[in-house]
Amino acid sequence: MAEKNEYSRLEKAARTRQSVQNAVVYTLLGFWAVMVLFPFYWMVLTSLKSYSAYNAEYIPKLFTLNPTLENYANAFTAVPLADYFLNTLIFTVITTAVMLAVTVLAAFAFARLDFKGKDLVFTLFLALMMIPNELVVITNFVTITELDLRNTFSGLILPSVTSVFYIYLLKENFAQVPDELYYAAKVDGTSDWRYLMRVMVPICKPTLVTIAILKVIECWNSYVWPRLITDDEAYFLVSNGIQSIRESGFGRENIPAMMAAVVSISVPLIVLFLVFREKIMEGVSRGGTKG
Amino acid sequence: MEKNNLKGWLYLIPAVLFLGVFMVYPLIDVFIYSFEEGYNSASQTYFGVGMYNYEYVLHDPYFLQAVKNTFILVIITVPLSTGLALLISVGLSSIQKLRNLFQTVYFLPYVTNTLAVGLVFMILFEKTPYTEGLVNLIINWFGGESVDFITGPYWAKMFVLCFYTVWVVLPFKILILTSALASVKQELYNAARVDGTPKWRIFWRITMPMISPTVFYLVITGFIGAFKAYSDAVALFGTDLNAAEMNTIVGYVYDMLYGTGGGYPSFASAAAIILFAIVLTITCINLLISKKHVHY
Amino acid sequence: MMKTNGWQRPHKKGSSMKVVLKHLTKKFPNRNKKAGGDVIAVNDFDFEIPDGKLIGLLGPSGCGKSTTLNLLCGLLKPTDGQIFFGEDDVTDLPAENRGVGLVFQNYALYPHLTVRQNIIFPLQNLRGKDKLSREEMDARALEAAKLVQIDMLMDRKPSELSGGQQQRVAIARALVKMPRLLLLDEPLSNLDARLRLQTREELKRIQNETRITTVFVTHDQEEAMSISDMIVVMKDGDLQQIGRPQQVYEDPVNLFVAKFLGTPPINVFAGEVRGGGVYIGGECVLGAAGVPDGPVTVTVRPEGFVLKDGGPFGCGLKNVEVMGRDITVVCTNPCCEAPAVRAIISAENIAQITGTQVRFALKPAKVYLFDAATQARIRCELTE
Repeated sequence: MAEKNEYSRLEKAARTRQSVQNAVVYTLLGFWAVMVLFPFYWMVLTSLKSYSAYNAEYIPKLFTLNPTLENYANAFTAVPLADYFLNTLIFTVITTAVMLAVTVLAAFAFARLDFKGKDLVFTLFLALMMIPNELVVITNFVTITELDLRNTFSGLILPSVTSVFYIYLLKENFAQVPDELYYAAKVDGTSDWRYLMRVMVPICKPTLVTIAILKVIECWNSYVWPRLITDDEAYFLVSNGIQSIRESGFGRENIPAMMAAVVSISVPLIVLFLVFREKIMEGVSRGGTKG
Repeated sequence: MEKNNLKGWLYLIPAVLFLGVFMVYPLIDVFIYSFEEGYNSASQTYFGVGMYNYEYVLHDPYFLQAVKNTFILVIITVPLSTGLALLISVGLSSIQKLRNLFQTVYFLPYVTNTLAVGLVFMILFEKTPYTEGLVNLIINWFGGESVDFITGPYWAKMFVLCFYTVWVVLPFKILILTSALASVKQELYNAARVDGTPKWRIFWRITMPMISPTVFYLVITGFIGAFKAYSDAVALFGTDLNAAEMNTIVGYVYDMLYGTGGGYPSFASAAAIILFAIVLTITCINLLISKKHVHY
Repeated sequence: MMKTNGWQRPHKKGSSMKVVLKHLTKKFPNRNKKAGGDVIAVNDFDFEIPDGKLIGLLGPSGCGKSTTLNLLCGLLKPTDGQIFFGEDDVTDLPAENRGVGLVFQNYALYPHLTVRQNIIFPLQNLRGKDKLSREEMDARALEAAKLVQIDMLMDRKPSELSGGQQQRVAIARALVKMPRLLLLDEPLSNLDARLRLQTREELKRIQNETRITTVFVTHDQEEAMSISDMIVVMKDGDLQQIGRPQQVYEDPVNLFVAKFLGTPPINVFAGEVRGGGVYIGGECVLGAAGVPDGPVTVTVRPEGFVLKDGGPFGCGLKNVEVMGRDITVVCTNPCCEAPAVRAIISAENIAQITGTQVRFALKPAKVYLFDAATQARIRCELTE
């Protein structure tokens, strides 16, 4: 039965191929997972080592038997880390809130209302999407300086508010709400404003949440603009805080304390991510950019 | 629907105001700045109009260093990160078990603070009198010589910068590619399998053409993003990037604007416009190439 | 007209290939995890598909037809049982090595390739001693394209073709490698009514010319009846009946098969057997000697009615639908499961229909009795 043998050979070959392939794939994926996770492990590990223990390790140890929380205490007392947190929180919340308000209004105007010049303005909006931030930062810096808004929250927030892309994203979503709903509401005597708040916004809540989360991530990690516009520690955000800690805080050598600060500012976003994992990943794949 | 001009504009006012003041006006202004010679930000005066700012920038060794750094970074990281992301995404979509876990892990760098994690990378790669650093330890294991990646030779610093950049940009690319791969119809794969198509051939003849628009999108955005590299470098080498020979074009713009060597918005504007021109050119070339090679 | 080309000897290994299913079973884990247990998509299938025939797998959606097809081509692995191609056990053979042709319901044409590239695609996979030269491939592709009459569309992309044309490309792609077994999943369901009729004749012609053992899946009994050499009726993963279409139509084994085949559908009545007679609503319509007394389900094919004054079966007349050669008498009967009884009679007899009542005699060959509880066929000699 030559044929039989050929079949069993084919079957065996297919099985072998499959298991080799699985081994290769899992090895590759596992390797990159380690590459991604290791820095996180290292920052947590280092933050738990005492200053003296860390400095005594000429050859770094991969684990510690005497974890300590003193670095965290240090991080919050030796440098105003708590203030940086508060600043970032204020900055993030206000920027996101104002951004949402502006975006909802503009998206509604584009999606639902009809007025003279709408198409032209919308085209201009789309064109603005292609303008890199680097090009406008210079004038904004000068503007804010001239308005004497350096080292103020207004100076931090105002230029960070608008995002043409989010207006576009929300407008597309608004446009998907069937026209019939609008006409029905009109017939019932609902005003445009009420219709927007009671119908459009609830229906498009998922997109709004996505936009809000993306903006929160953006705000929490923003570095360039805050660096330009603040040189007073009292207005530092966490990114700038980290940078100044690195260059002057803790006597520069207290790496465990720096790592404690790094862990502290990383945790909020990681928690946010783990809670809203699906939403964030879906949102980013629809509208995020980075890289 | 009747036109209601007033109401429409009313809803648009906030957006128009914000964009007008912080985007449209600056956009025009940056061009004006770039041609104003000898602008003084304190007195707001200038001597004349001309190309001097561009000339100065193009002859500034710091700027040339920044351009060189940026181009090296772009040329290395864009293909590398796209290829790696493709490899990982294909691997991800071929497994069932642990897939969600891997996806979550891979996405983590996206939500972390670039500056903060950069500090960790610095510690991992740094060699100080007190410690070899973990990476050097590994190099020693394999019989290599220790290298100071943070304040040492140029290529070592560039290596760390590229490595960190890839680490930072991969989550986005993996996510986008994974969802592109998932959107290829299973039926096509089944059809190919029944026709006895080997796996590599399925990949090159079916998977790649089907996801080629996404790959090109990632290449284009990757180029744009990499040309704007800045905070990754700051995270690793500190704010004085010129001293570290690791400055990027964007870094040069900011340094001209503010900081120790700052106060020259005209030079900054000229540099920013040069950067914009470079990015625009590269993007156009990319689009032309993609037209030829991307399937519908 | 038979073509004298390679198509008559579909596989290089030679002559014929029957397909044998031995106790084939496929279970899927239940999607609703709380409910637990498995869903049995294919339950203990045990039959033989004869060589060179066109077989229709027929059943309502969700009955396991497509699962059976996927088991045959190797995209799914059976939970239990075996599949033989000829004498060879292929149960564990991966889809890549089975050498079957499969036409998907949505055609699954590669959108970025032209028609020619789509058709050649399977040939380019051949390696080793089977490897073909560029010219051979082109010739084979053209031959396959001619067979399905799309040879003038070779350089188009699938998106530039109509549904029917895409369907033909899919068939050509499946045929080009001269498979030992051709499988078609709902091949006509995405076509409009006129094209469906035309394409099914085309299918029959292609199968006739190639003599490849062909299995196709459909939920449309008319489609299955019209072109199959043999039909396999399924329901909820269970095999109901196998046979030639006419044979299954004329001799259903249970109520499901009787109801599933035939348009208009068979008329179903709640009846009773008493003293060797079949009663519907108190009227003795036929004699059934030797059948034990008790409730039965009586079914009558629409063509089983004969208009007859004083006939044993009476109905209230609703209306008459004239369809040319035949007419459909739509009437009511309280014992009928459906709201209306449909009887097809020759148009010549239209004059006999008057008043509000019609009376019929029933043709014994078109009437089947089923056990009221088990719905199994009660085999007996019916007499007028």
